[in-house]
Amino acid sequence: MSGTVPVRQGLFTDTDPPHLLGGRCTVCGHHHFPRHDTCPYCASGATVAADLSATGRLWAWTAVTHPPPGYRGHVPYGFGVVELPEGLRVITRLTEADPDTLRADQPMQMVVEPLHEDEEGRTVVSYAFAPLEKP
Amino acid sequence: MTVVEIAGVGMHRFGRFEGVGVTDLGVSAVRGALDEASVGKGGFQAAYCGTAYGGVATGHKVLGALGMTGMPIVDVEAGCASGAAALMLGAAAIRGAQYDTVLVFGVEKMPRGIIRSSFFDPWQEEAGLAATPAYFALRAQRFMRTSGVTKDHLAAVVVKNRRHGAHNPDAMYRSEVDAVDVLSSRVVCEPLHLWMLCSPNEGAAAVVLRRADENSGASTGGRVRLAAAVLRSHLPGAVLSESTPMAGLADDSLPTPTTLAATAAYEEAGLGPRDLDVVECQDTDAAREMMSYEELGLCPPAGAAEMLEAGVTSVGGRLPVNPSGGLLSKGEPLGASALGQVVELVHHLRGEAGTRQVHGARVGLAHTVGRGANAGVVIVRR
Repeated sequence: MSGTVPVRQGLFTDTDPPHLLGGRCTVCGHHHFPRHDTCPYCASGATVAADLSATGRLWAWTAVTHPPPGYRGHVPYGFGVVELPEGLRVITRLTEADPDTLRADQPMQMVVEPLHEDEEGRTVVSYAFAPLEKP
Repeated sequence: MTVVEIAGVGMHRFGRFEGVGVTDLGVSAVRGALDEASVGKGGFQAAYCGTAYGGVATGHKVLGALGMTGMPIVDVEAGCASGAAALMLGAAAIRGAQYDTVLVFGVEKMPRGIIRSSFFDPWQEEAGLAATPAYFALRAQRFMRTSGVTKDHLAAVVVKNRRHGAHNPDAMYRSEVDAVDVLSSRVVCEPLHLWMLCSPNEGAAAVVLRRADENSGASTGGRVRLAAAVLRSHLPGAVLSESTPMAGLADDSLPTPTTLAATAAYEEAGLGPRDLDVVECQDTDAAREMMSYEELGLCPPAGAAEMLEAGVTSVGGRLPVNPSGGLLSKGEPLGASALGQVVELVHHLRGEAGTRQVHGARVGLAHTVGRGANAGVVIVRR
């Protein structure tokens, strides 16, 4: 077997470009991620699926230098918060592992990043954000 | 009005103790507190045990080893604030006239290395999202950007707390360090270096709470009373709250769990930050201590750097913070941490803190915050 498998279903698309799969509450209007049936801000059950923007701005960042518990991928890797236009701040991996090269409010785009290979030889992938490439 | 008096305190020092079980640690601290309070078997009507990693019936095992069971024994898990949560429940039971005397203790033997928590789902671990120090680092970076705090300030917090800790026989690290040492220790997650992070470890602490009357002799003089014991959780939405969500709202107006707990504790005690003489606060990392200055109202917004630079928070300053050496010197045994702070404050209020004594201390505040989110604020006074 080969190919890729998401680290968890239902978090992001495999479209080009990819984007995160969130939700929006029709009562309080807030977006959330990941998608929930119940709004995590007002407890309403009236939520709908929402495709989140593929681009946002960098709000905070660092790099992880030692493998955290249960992690089998490479280090160092970037780690941060990207603010999306929906008014949502998402905790995410970053493709850039050198904090000195990043700056506040830098435009970022969602990408699919390989983590490691599973027992069946498939590449396990997750969402991450990368500096937006200039056209 | 019911006054809750701290009738006795006990402690097993914090560190790493090969071959010593969590029950042994607890027995040592509990025995110390009961002896101080002259409370024996049958002398307390309930026990509350704070622990996060102790497992099923941790409190029962400790009291079972002493032959002191039969009363209700409740284990309380509230992350880094587990001991504060136990104290809140014990104090409320006395104020509510349910009991006259209760035992509150906290015990922990932490796994080694970065704390592995059942908090995260397996897929989050697989994706590298269970990187606890990285969350501290992101919070530190945001704080530094809004407060004018620099890496040099973070190093200065470590230098201060390790200097204090050198005077604390119950601390794990008892050597002083200088800023160059701190800044040349390896980067764990930028901007945090290894020596700016506390070590998970082992230890136990215990207090005996007893009802006293406002007008009785027991509540005056040298006795220490519990003026407030408050626990709060996070409000939904803050992405870098200790609740560690996967996403949050773009809203910077949400009060932190620490601010919520502090506000409620000041109200419960009828005191404000200006009344404090000594503070023990959560220095999981060096930035966390400086954030606490603001969140606890010890300084105005963006005033933490000036407060530290002026020496206000050093022993000998106007408001010493972490005279025990803090978690940076003691290490952090989650369940015991908050009560260890209370034990420290009681020693200062009694004038028994030795070479690290904050002279004339009459009011002290203890603060813990961590995963959940859970924030505990305890105020003690003479």
